Amino acid sequence: MNLAYRDIRHNLGRFLLTCVGLGLLLGVVLAMIGIYRGLVVDALTIARAPGVDLWVVEANTRGPFAEASRIPGDLREAVARIAGVASAGSITYQTVESEHRGGKLRLYVIGYEPTRPGGPPEITEGRGIARSHYELVADRSTGLTLGDRIQLGRSTFSVVGLTRYQVNSGGDPAIYITLPDAQKLQFDLAPPAARVQLARGTSGSSRDTVNTVVARLQPNASPDAVAETVRRWKHLAAITQQAQELILTRSLVDRARRQIGLFTSLLLAVSAVIIALIIYTMTMEKLRQIATLKLIGAPDRTIVGMIVQQALALGFIGFGIGAMLIVSIKDYFPRRVVLEPDNVLALGFVVFAVCLAASGLGVRAALRIDPASALGG
Amino acid sequence: MTTLADPLVRLDRISKHFGEGETRVDALRAVSLEVHPGEVVALLGPSGSGKTTLLNVIGCILDPSSGSMELDGELVLKDGAWLRRDLKRLRLDKIGFIFQFHNLIPFLDATDNVALVLQLAGADATTAHERAIGLLKYLEVDHRRQAMPAKLSGGEAQRVAIARALANKPRIILADEPTAALDSKRAAIVMDLLRRVAVEQQAAIIAVTHDEKIFDRFDRIFSLRDGWLESETNSLQTA
Ligand SMILES: Nc1ncnc2c1ncn2[C@@H]1O[C@H](COP(=O)(O)OP(=O)(O)OP(=O)(O)O)[C@@H](O)[C@H]1O
Ligand SMILES: [Mg+2]
Repeated sequence: MNLAYRDIRHNLGRFLLTCVGLGLLLGVVLAMIGIYRGLVVDALTIARAPGVDLWVVEANTRGPFAEASRIPGDLREAVARIAGVASAGSITYQTVESEHRGGKLRLYVIGYEPTRPGGPPEITEGRGIARSHYELVADRSTGLTLGDRIQLGRSTFSVVGLTRYQVNSGGDPAIYITLPDAQKLQFDLAPPAARVQLARGTSGSSRDTVNTVVARLQPNASPDAVAETVRRWKHLAAITQQAQELILTRSLVDRARRQIGLFTSLLLAVSAVIIALIIYTMTMEKLRQIATLKLIGAPDRTIVGMIVQQALALGFIGFGIGAMLIVSIKDYFPRRVVLEPDNVLALGFVVFAVCLAASGLGVRAALRIDPASALGG
Repeated sequence: MTTLADPLVRLDRISKHFGEGETRVDALRAVSLEVHPGEVVALLGPSGSGKTTLLNVIGCILDPSSGSMELDGELVLKDGAWLRRDLKRLRLDKIGFIFQFHNLIPFLDATDNVALVLQLAGADATTAHERAIGLLKYLEVDHRRQAMPAKLSGGEAQRVAIARALANKPRIILADEPTAALDSKRAAIVMDLLRRVAVEQQAAIIAVTHDEKIFDRFDRIFSLRDGWLESETNSLQTA
C-alpha cells in the first residue's frame, strides 16, 4: 500500500488547501516572470513592427526611441536610392493625450506612409488605412472599436481597423495614422512660438520633418555596409535592427527590467523557503508515526519514499494550480504578460528541485528519529 | 514453572547507562534473565527503575553498554556489540511491540494497520488483507475493521494494536503497560488474549505493568529497582 497516498487521502482537505496556497504563491511567481518577459517584448514591439533592417536617424543620436531624432522627410527618397535598399519609409512617433468616452486616453501616435514600411504588422479587424486623411488603425488595448471617432489635435479621426499587441515601452497603446496627418498633428500640438516659426518656414525648420527613415534591404545586402554608407552623410546616423533592439532592452527599459528581475528573484527565493518550510513541517508532524513505522520494521526506503512522494505531489499540484491560474487570468493584466513554455518549465524544474531538497531535510530528521521514541512512557 | 525448551530470550549481564560523569544514569545494571516459550512475564518497578530501557534493549531498539543477548536461540549481542546489522528485519520477523498508547498509524484503517506489517515482511496485498482480517477476528474486533484509529475505543484500538503485534507470528512480544489505558474488564480480556497467544504460538511475552489487578495473570514477575533486577517471583506459586 502506498503510505504517501493514504496519508494525503486521510488529510485531504488540509493537503488540498496547502496545494492551493502554494499554487497562489507560484502563480504570483509565474506572473512576475510573465510581466518581466512582457516588459522586454513590449519594449521591442514598436521597433519590430515595421519589419525593417535599418533605422536612419539624426546624427549623434540613438533615436528614435531612446533619444529624440528629427530629420527632413525628403531624406526617404535618398535612402531608397542607396544600393542594397529594397524599400524605405518615413515614420513619426509622438505621444498624445485625447479623450474617449469621457476618459483620458494616452496614445502613442505612429505616422507612416501607407504604401511604405512602417505600418501596423497585422490588421485583426476592419481594414488598413486607405485614404490619405483622418483614418486610423488602433491597437485593441486602446479600447477603441471600429467606427469610433476621436479628436486628435484639431482634426477628428475615425477608426477603420484594429491591430493588437502594439504598445510602446511605457505601455501606451499605439495608433497608426498617415504621415501627413501625423505631421499636422505635431504642428497643431507644438507650443505657439514654435508654431509661428514653423509657419514662417524660418530658422531652417520645415513642417516636413520625421523621426526616422526605416529601410528594408535586399536579401543579399549587409545591414552594416549600408549603415556605413548612410553614416557618411552629414547629420545622419544609421542603426541596424539588431543594434536598435539592443538599445531598447539595454537602455530604455533597463532599470525597469532589472527592478522586476530582482523582485522576481526575491519572490523565487521566498517561495523556495516557504516550500521548504511546508514540507519540513509536514514531516516533523509525522515524526511519531515515522518512529512507529521504524519500530514495526519498515525499511528506510519506505519512509523516505513516503516523504519524497508527498513533497513532490505537493509541488506538482501546487505548480499546476499556479500555472492554470496565471494562464487563465494573464490576459486581464493591464500590460502584457508573456509566458513562454520554457519559462514555465524552468520554474517547474526549480519547484521540483526545491521540493527534493526540502524533503531531504525532512528525510534527515526522519532517519534520525529513534524508533524507541514511539514507545513513550 | 520449569520448561525443557530453550529460552526464547536470554540476557546475560546487560548494563545500560546514559550520559557520563556528573550526569551519568545507570538505567540497567548487570541484568540477567531468561524467558521461555509459552511464558507470560511481568516487569515491575517504580518509575525510573529501568523497565522501558530493558524492554527497548530486548526489542533491539536501544544499544546496551555491555552484556550479551540471545533471541530465539540466536546470539544477537555479544559484549555490548550487535552481531546483526539488519536489526529492523530481526524486529519484523521475531518481535511484536504493544505500546501503552496504541500507536496505530492514524491514516490507515484497522485492517491496513495490521496488513502493513504483513506487507513489510513480504506478503502480497491480498494475502496480507485476508490474514489481517483473520487476526482481527481472532481478537474479536473485526466488526471495526474499516474504522480509522481515531474512531476506535481504547480497548478496540489496543486489540487492533495487539493484532498488529501478532501479525508476523513473532515469538517474542514486548508490551509496555498494555493495559494502562483500559478498565479492569478490558484489561482482563487483553491479558487472557496474551496468555492464549503465548500458549498457542509458543511465544514469550514480556509486559511492563503497574497494574496490581492483573499480577496473578503472569507466570513470573521480575522486579527492577535502580537498574538492578531485585527479585523474581513465581506468581502461580504465591497464588
Ligand atoms: N534517553 C535517555 N537519556 C538519559 N537518561 C535516560 C534516557 N532514557 C531513560 N533514561 C533514564 O534511565 C532511567 C530508567 O528509565 P526508564 O524509562 O527505563 O524507566 P521506567 O522504569 O520505564 O520508568 P516509568 O515507570 O516512569 O516508565 C531513568 O532514570 C531515566 O531518567
Ligand atoms: Mg517506562
